[in-house]
Amino acid sequence: MNKKGFGSRIVASPYILWAALFVIVPLIFIAYFAFTDPSGAFTFSNIMQIAKYKKAFGLSILYSVIATIITLLISYPMAYFMTKMKVSSQKMIMVIVMLPMWMNFLIRTYSWITILANKGLINTFLTSIGLHPVKLINTPGAVILGMVYDFIPYMILPIYTVMSKIDNSLLEAASDLGSNGFSRLRKVILPLSFPGVISGITMVFVPCVSTFYISQKLGGNKNLLIGDAIEYLFNSGPDFYNVASALSLVLMVMILICLFVMNYFTDSEEATVL
Amino acid sequence: MKILSRIYVALMVFFLYAPVAVMIFFSFNSGESVWVFEGFSASWYADAFTNTEMIEALERTLIVAILSATISTVLGTAAAVGILAFRKKITKNAIMSVTNIPMMNADIVTGVSLMLFFVFIGKILGAYESLGFATVLIAHITFNLPYVILSVMPRLKATDHSLHDAALDLGCTPISAFFKVIIPAIKTSIFTGFIMAFTLSLDDFVISYFTCGHYQTLPILIYNMTKKTVTPDVYALSTIIFIAVFVLLILYNIAGNKSDKKRGVV
Amino acid sequence: MKKIISVILCLCLVAILFTGCGYEYQELNLVGKYDKSLKGTTLNVYNWGEYISDGSDDCLDVNKEFEKLTGIKVNYTTFESNETMYSQLKGGGVSYDLIFPSDYMIERLINENMLKKIDVGKISNYKYIDKKYKGLFYDPDEEYTVPYNVGMVGVIYNSALIDEPEHSWEALWDEKYRDMSLNFSNPRDGFMTAQMILGQSVNTTNKKDWDKALEKLKQGKDVLQSYVMDEIYGKLETGEAAIGPYYAGDYLFMKEINEDLEFFYPKEGTNIFVDAICVPESAKNIEAAMMYINFLLEPDVSLANAEYIGYASPNTAVIENPDYYYYKNEILYPEEKDMPKVEYYHDIDPEIRSYYENLWIDLKLY
Repeated sequence: MNKKGFGSRIVASPYILWAALFVIVPLIFIAYFAFTDPSGAFTFSNIMQIAKYKKAFGLSILYSVIATIITLLISYPMAYFMTKMKVSSQKMIMVIVMLPMWMNFLIRTYSWITILANKGLINTFLTSIGLHPVKLINTPGAVILGMVYDFIPYMILPIYTVMSKIDNSLLEAASDLGSNGFSRLRKVILPLSFPGVISGITMVFVPCVSTFYISQKLGGNKNLLIGDAIEYLFNSGPDFYNVASALSLVLMVMILICLFVMNYFTDSEEATVL
Repeated sequence: MKILSRIYVALMVFFLYAPVAVMIFFSFNSGESVWVFEGFSASWYADAFTNTEMIEALERTLIVAILSATISTVLGTAAAVGILAFRKKITKNAIMSVTNIPMMNADIVTGVSLMLFFVFIGKILGAYESLGFATVLIAHITFNLPYVILSVMPRLKATDHSLHDAALDLGCTPISAFFKVIIPAIKTSIFTGFIMAFTLSLDDFVISYFTCGHYQTLPILIYNMTKKTVTPDVYALSTIIFIAVFVLLILYNIAGNKSDKKRGVV
Repeated sequence: MKKIISVILCLCLVAILFTGCGYEYQELNLVGKYDKSLKGTTLNVYNWGEYISDGSDDCLDVNKEFEKLTGIKVNYTTFESNETMYSQLKGGGVSYDLIFPSDYMIERLINENMLKKIDVGKISNYKYIDKKYKGLFYDPDEEYTVPYNVGMVGVIYNSALIDEPEHSWEALWDEKYRDMSLNFSNPRDGFMTAQMILGQSVNTTNKKDWDKALEKLKQGKDVLQSYVMDEIYGKLETGEAAIGPYYAGDYLFMKEINEDLEFFYPKEGTNIFVDAICVPESAKNIEAAMMYINFLLEPDVSLANAEYIGYASPNTAVIENPDYYYYKNEILYPEEKDMPKVEYYHDIDPEIRSYYENLWIDLKLY
C-alpha cells in the first residue's frame, strides 16, 4: 500500500488514456498538417509562408502585451484594496468581480460596440454637451480595451487570492521594524504576491494573443490578428488547413516559450489554482 | 487612503459592469436594435421563449455543460487520486504537464487540433458527419478535466491519512474506505471543480465553434447573430441567466457565511 | 440550504425551457400533394442566414408549417458565405440534405461531383419557375438545381449624411467618405467592386488582372470604416456608416428602417446572382428533400419567402401576383431599359481561386 496515495494508480488510467487521445494526438495532427501540403507530401512551405503573417503576429503580440500590462496595472491596486476590506465585504466583492464572467463572453464584448460606436453612448453624450464625437470603435485602442475588459477578472482573482494569504504577522513585523506603507508594499507584498501576478499574466496574455472575436467586432475587421488569420484560413476550405496548422503550431510554440520564461521566474511546482 | 481605495474599487466595479448595464438596459428596448434605444418594453423577454432556435441552443448548451461537468468531475477526481499514487516524481510531473496543456494552450489551438482529429476519425469510420454532439462533448470534457484535477489534487494531498488508515484497520475495503472517508473530506473541492467545469462549458465559444458541426450551442448561435443583427431577445435571455447566477452566488455566499458562523470560524 | 436553492434554480431554468410557443399556424392553399409518409425522419437544411420566412412578425414559419404538414423534422442551420458552406461540405465533417449555394458555387460543386441529380419532373411546382431562370449557365440541362432567389448588387448610401454620389463604384474609394464607407469582407464580391472599375471580367483567368484589382483594393483600404457582410445592416440603418455595397433586396429592408437610405446600380456594371436549391452528394433523406423543395415552390410559401427575404423571386406565381408587396418594384424588377450591365460569377479554375484567395489575405494583412 502506498503511503502517499489513497488508492492504486490504475484509477488514473481512464484519464491518462483520455489525455493521450484527446490532448496529445490532436496536437500531433496540427504538427502533421503544418508540415505537409494538401496532397500529404512533406513540405516546409507552410512554415515559410508564416513570414507573410508577420504583421498579424506583430500586432497580436503588441496588443496583447499592452493589454496585459494595462490589466496588471489596474488589477494590482484593486486586489490590494480588496484585501484591505472587511472579511465579509471581501466575499461580497469577490462575487461582484467574478459575476461579469458569467455574462456571455460574446455579448460582453459586443456591448462595447453600443458604448464606443460613432453613434454610440459615449459619442451621443459628447455631442449632447456640444463636443465633437470621437472615433473610438474600429481602433487598436478599442481592441485593447476589449481584451482588458474580457480578461481582467483573471488577473484580479489570482493576485487577490495570493495576496490575501500573505500572513499579517509579516506585515506587522515589517511595521515594527520601521517600514512605512510604501516600502512594506515594495519589500513584502510585491515579492510575495508575485506568483499571483505570474498566474494572472499567463491567464490574460494567452487568450489575448489568440483571440479572433474581439478584433473583428471592435477592430473593424480590417487587420487580421493571428487568431483571425487562423479562423479565416480554417474556414476557407481544406486547401488552407496546412497553412492554418502551421500558424497554430507557431502560436502554440510562441505561447510555450512565454510560459517557460515565466515559469523560470516562479518557484512553485504546480500551477497556481484560481 | 481609505477614500482613495473606495473610489478606486467603485470605479473598477463601474468599469466591470458597464457592458452588463448595457445588456440589461437594451434587453428592455422597445425597438429592434441593441444600438439605438427607443423606449421601454419587456416584450423581448416573452419573445425570448418563442425564439425556438435560441431555446434549442440553450438546451444544447445546458446538456453539454451538465454532462461534460459530470463526466470530467468523475474522471478528474479518479485521475487526481490515481496520479497521487504514482511513486516516481518524473511520471507525476509528466502527467501533470500534459494536464496543464489544455489550460495553457490557446483555445483556438485546442479547438482546431480537435477538429482536425475528429474529421480524420470521421473519414476513417466512413461517417458523413464527423462533428456534432459527441465531438462537442468530448472537447468540453477535455478542457474541463485539468480544472477538476487542479481543484481536487491540492485538497487530496492535504487530507490526513490517519482517518483513511483507521478505516482500513477497522475492516473497510479500500474502495469503501475511499467513498466513506476520502470523498467526504474532499467533497468541497470536487464540487468546486464541478462548478468550474460547468461554468467553462456554458460559456465556451472558441472550442465549440470548431467542434460542433450541426450541434449549435448558445454561444455559437450568438456569434452567428453578431455577424448579422443582434436583437434584444438574446440580451433578454442572457440577462435572465445572469440574474439566475447572481442570485445563486449571493445565496451560496450567505449560506457560506452562515455555516462559517456555525462552525465558529467567523 | 444552498443545495435546495441550487436545485430550485435549476428547476426554474428547466421550466423556462418548456414554456410557450407563440406561432399560429396559417391556412395555406397548397397546390402540390404532401403526405406523412416520411413522418419522424429528419431533414438537414443548410441555407443562408435570414433566407427563409421564419415566423417572426406574424409571417409564415416555413419550417414549422412543413413539419406540421409532413411530420418531417427540419434541422435548419445557416451559413454566411458560399465558401464557408463549401468548406463545411468538403471537410466532410457534417452532412446535409439540402443546400442553397449561389450560381458559381453550383458550377464548382457539379464539377467536383458533390451534387446529386434532381429529377425536376418529380417536382410538380417546378412549372412556376420563370423561363429566364431555367437552364442557366451553371445547370443548362436542369438536372441539379431549382432556383430560389435572384439578386443584384448595388450601392446604398444615406442621403441625410452625404450628397448623392456619382453612380460609380469609385464612391467607395472616395476620400470624402473616409471612415464612413464599407466594402465586402469576402474575396469574390470585394474583388468584383474593383474589377468593375478596372473594366475586367469578374471571371478573368489572367493573374495580372487580379494583381491590379488587389492594388486598387489596397488603395481604398485606408478610407474604409470596415469590411462587412451582414453587419452592414446595423451600420447603415443607424448611420454608423454612410455608404456601402449590398444586395437590392436588403436595401429595401434597410429603407423601411431608415428612410434616408437610397440606392443605385453603378454605371460600370454589377453582379447578378441566382441562389438555387441543390441536393448534396452526402444527402441522406432525399425524398424529404424533394418534398421540401416542392413546398418552397408553393405560391403561398414562395410569396411568404419573397416578402420576407426581399430579393427578386424566380417564381412566376409571385412575380405576377398583384398582392405581392414588391409587385413591379423598380429596384428588384427593373424595366429592360433600366437594367444595369450585369455579370454572373462563374466558377473559377482552382489555381486562380487559390491565387485570389491568397491575394485577399494579403489585403487583410496590408
